Amino acid sequence: MLLYVLRRFASAVPTLFVIVTIAFFMLRLAPGGPFDLERPIDPLIIENLKRAFNMDKPLPQQYMLYLWNLLHGDLGPSFTRRDFTVNDLFRFGLPVSIQIGGTAIALALVFGTFLGSLAALRQNSWVDYSVVGVATFGITIPPFVVAPILSLIFGVYLGWLPAGGWGAPGSMVLPVATLALPQMAIVARLTRGATIEVLRSNHIRTARAYGLPSWVVLYVHTLRASILPVVSYLGPTAAALMTGSVVVETIFGIPGIGRYFVQGALGRDYTLVMGTVVVIAVFVVVFNLIVDILYAYLDPRVRYD
Amino acid sequence: MADIDNSILSVRKLDVKFHTDDGQVHAVKGIDLDVRAGETVAIVGESGSGKSQTMMAIMGLLASNGRVSGTARYRDTELIGLPERRLNTIRGAKITMIFQEPMTSLDPLYKIGRQMAEPLMYHKGMSARAARPRVMELLKLVGIPDPERRINSYPHELSGGQRQRVMIAMALANDPDILIADEPTTALDVTIQAQILALLAELQQKLGMAIVFITHDLTIVRRFADRIYVMRRGEVVEDGVTEELFVDPQHDYTKMLLAAEPTGTKAPPPPSAPVLLQGTDVRVSFKIGGGFLSGPPMLLQAVDRISVALKKGQTIGIVGESGSGKSTLGRALLRLLPSEGRIRFENLDLSKADREEMRPLRKELQLVFQDPFGSLSPRMTVGQVITEGLLVHEPSLSTKERDRRAIEALKEVGLDAASRNRYPHEFSGGQRQRVAIARAMILKPKVVVLDEPTSALDRSVQKQIVELLRKLQADHDLSYLFISHDLTVVRAMADYIIVMKQGKIVEEGQTADIFDNPRHSYTQTLMAAAVDTTKFRLAG
Repeated sequence: MLLYVLRRFASAVPTLFVIVTIAFFMLRLAPGGPFDLERPIDPLIIENLKRAFNMDKPLPQQYMLYLWNLLHGDLGPSFTRRDFTVNDLFRFGLPVSIQIGGTAIALALVFGTFLGSLAALRQNSWVDYSVVGVATFGITIPPFVVAPILSLIFGVYLGWLPAGGWGAPGSMVLPVATLALPQMAIVARLTRGATIEVLRSNHIRTARAYGLPSWVVLYVHTLRASILPVVSYLGPTAAALMTGSVVVETIFGIPGIGRYFVQGALGRDYTLVMGTVVVIAVFVVVFNLIVDILYAYLDPRVRYD
Repeated sequence: MADIDNSILSVRKLDVKFHTDDGQVHAVKGIDLDVRAGETVAIVGESGSGKSQTMMAIMGLLASNGRVSGTARYRDTELIGLPERRLNTIRGAKITMIFQEPMTSLDPLYKIGRQMAEPLMYHKGMSARAARPRVMELLKLVGIPDPERRINSYPHELSGGQRQRVMIAMALANDPDILIADEPTTALDVTIQAQILALLAELQQKLGMAIVFITHDLTIVRRFADRIYVMRRGEVVEDGVTEELFVDPQHDYTKMLLAAEPTGTKAPPPPSAPVLLQGTDVRVSFKIGGGFLSGPPMLLQAVDRISVALKKGQTIGIVGESGSGKSTLGRALLRLLPSEGRIRFENLDLSKADREEMRPLRKELQLVFQDPFGSLSPRMTVGQVITEGLLVHEPSLSTKERDRRAIEALKEVGLDAASRNRYPHEFSGGQRQRVAIARAMILKPKVVVLDEPTSALDRSVQKQIVELLRKLQADHDLSYLFISHDLTVVRAMADYIIVMKQGKIVEEGQTADIFDNPRHSYTQTLMAAAVDTTKFRLAG
C-alpha cells in the first residue's frame, strides 16, 4: 500500500508538470498584459516594469525561470497586487477557503448520507418523496440565488447572523450553508440510489435470513457498500470546494482564494493565475489519492498492489 | 393429505401473491407441507413453481410487494405475521438458510470470520472475540482447508464451493432445528456439487437437524431426501416417500420430470467426412495488470496449444469446469478472439484473415450463447433479431423474402410464425433459446458453436432443446462444437469429447470410450461426480 501511495505521488509529478506548462503558455497567448491600463503609460516605465518582473526575457527563459522558482516553492510576486507575493496571498486566503469548504463538505457528507439512506429505507413513502424533492430543489437552485436570499433572511431581516464579512462570530454559517446545500442534495441522491441497490442484493437477504437486527443490517452491511459512490464523488468535489468559490466569496465578502482566479485572469496577473492553477491541481491530485485509499479500505476487493 | 405426526414445521394453506405492474402473480396457491425433526424433505419443481417463494414466505423474506396468507407453525410459534423482532429470534438460530448464489450471498466487504460470528453475536450475545473459537470449529466441520488463515479471508478470495461451505458453516452456528437449502449446488461445478451434497448428508447424520432441500433437479435428491414434494405452478402436485415416488410416480408431471433427462447418443460421422474447421496449436493468452510504473503485465494462458479437427456432421463436446478455457477456445476458433496458432475453415486459413475477409465467413460460422436472457436485444422484435444477420449477409433479399425466411426459421425451431412480431421478454427461457438458435440457422451455417446452450434451462426444456439441435443437425448436416459442463447433455449430443482443464486438453476420444473408460484422473473425478448426482433414472 505504501508503495502504491509513493507510486501515485511519483506519477502526479508529470501530471502537474503538463498542467503547469499548458497553463503557462495559454496564459501568454491571451492578448493584453498586466501593464496595459486604460490610460497609456510611458513606454519607459513599462520597460522598467517588465525588467523588474523578468518579462523582458524571451518566453522560454521566463518559463524555465518560473519552473525553477516553483520547484523552490516560490510562486512569484503578484503583478497587480504590488505589495504581495502570490505565496502571501495564498497564506492569508487558503486557510479561509479550506475552513469554509471543508466544513461544507463534512456537513454535506453527514446529512446527505443520513437523508439518502432514510429515503431508501422508506422508498416510495412521503419521507422518500420529500428528500428527493428537496434534493432536486437543492441541486437546481444556483448558489448566486441561495446566497443573497440566505443573507437577506438571516442577516438583514432576522439579524441572527452577519449578512457578510469575515471574522465576526457566526460569519461562517451562511457561506458554509450556501456551499453545503447543493452538495448535500447530490450526496443524498447518490446514497439513496446506492442504498436501494444494496438492499436488494443477496448478502442483505442473507443478513436478514440470519435474524440480524435491522440496525446491523443497515449500518454494518448496507451503509458501507452504499457509501462507495459517494466517496468517489467527494474527491474532486472536496478539492473544488476547498480551493474557494468565487460566487460565495464575492457575495459574502470573504477573503478566500476563489476570487483570485477570476480577478487574476481579468487583470492578466500571470503569477496569480498560475499559482491558483498549481494549488487547485495539487488539491485534486491529493484528494483523488485520498479517495482511492479510502476506497480500498472500504472495499477489500479493490487492491492496488 | 394425511397428517404427519411430530412435525416441527407445519405449513397449511400457504398462499403467496405478488402485486406487480402487470397485475397479480399468484406464486404459491394454498399448499400444505410438513417437516419432521431430523428428516430431509425435498421440494422439487422447475423455475416458477413457487418452491423458493414458499420458504421465503416462511422466513419473512418476501419482496416488499409479496403478500402471504395461511399458517406456518414452527413448534409452538406461528411464523406468518410474526413481528420482525420475534422472527429474528428464530431465523438464523432455529431455522437457517443457505442459498443458490454462493458468489453473492456473503457480504463482500467483511472477512468471513466476522460474518460467521454474526449469528452467534446476535443470537447468543457473544462478542466477536468470544465467537471466534466456535467459528474456527465450524470451518473445520465443513472441511475448509487451513481454517486459521481462511477465517481472515474475504469472500472474493474463496472459490464458489468454499463459499458455499462457509454458508453452510454459518447456518450450523446455532445448532438449528431446520436447515433450508435453496438450490445450494446449482451454481457450482459438477465435482463441487457432489462434494457439497455429501457434506450436507454427512452433517445431517452428525448433527441431526432437518433439511429442506429445494431443487429443480429431481435426480439429485433420490439418495438424499426422505420425502419429496413436487411443485408446479404454485401447487403441490404430488408428495410422498422418495423411493415410492421414484418407482411409482402418480402425477403426469412427476413422470415427465423423471423422464426429462436427455437420452440417446450420437453416431460419429463416416470416416470419409471432410474436416471443416481445424485448429492447430491454438493459444489464447490474456494480459493481467501492468501499466505505468507497475511493471510488465502477467500473462494468463487461457487456451494452451490446443488442436481440434471438426468434421462435417460431427459434434465435438468440449467439457470442463468453469475457468477451464472451453468457451475461450470456442470463440478463438471462430476468430472472435485474437489467438496464435493456425485455424483453417474448409480451405481457408482463418488465422491470417482480417475483419473484412472474415465477414463473409461469419455466415458459415455461427454461435449460440448460454444466456437466452442477455443475448437477445430487448428492444427488437424476434423477427428483427433473427433477420439482422440476413441484412448483412444477403442484403439483396426483398423484405418479403426476408420475412419468408424468418417464418421458415421459426417453424424449424418449433416456434409460431406470429412470434416474430413479439419482443424477447414475452418468451420463456426455452423459447428464447429457440429464437437464438433460429437466428443462427436462418443464415444456413456449416459450423455452429453452442456455448452452454442448455445450462440456464430447466431439465424438461433442456431435453427439448437437445432434441431440436439433433434434428437440425440431421436435417442440414451441421457440425457442432458443443461446450458444456453438463455431462448428461454432452453424452446425448456429442460423438467425440475433449476434456479441458486449465487451458489444456487432458483427455479426448469417442464419447462412449470417455464415458465407459476414462483414463485421466480428472476425467474420472468429473465422471464420478456426474454419476453421483444423476445415476438414477426412472425404473423401466
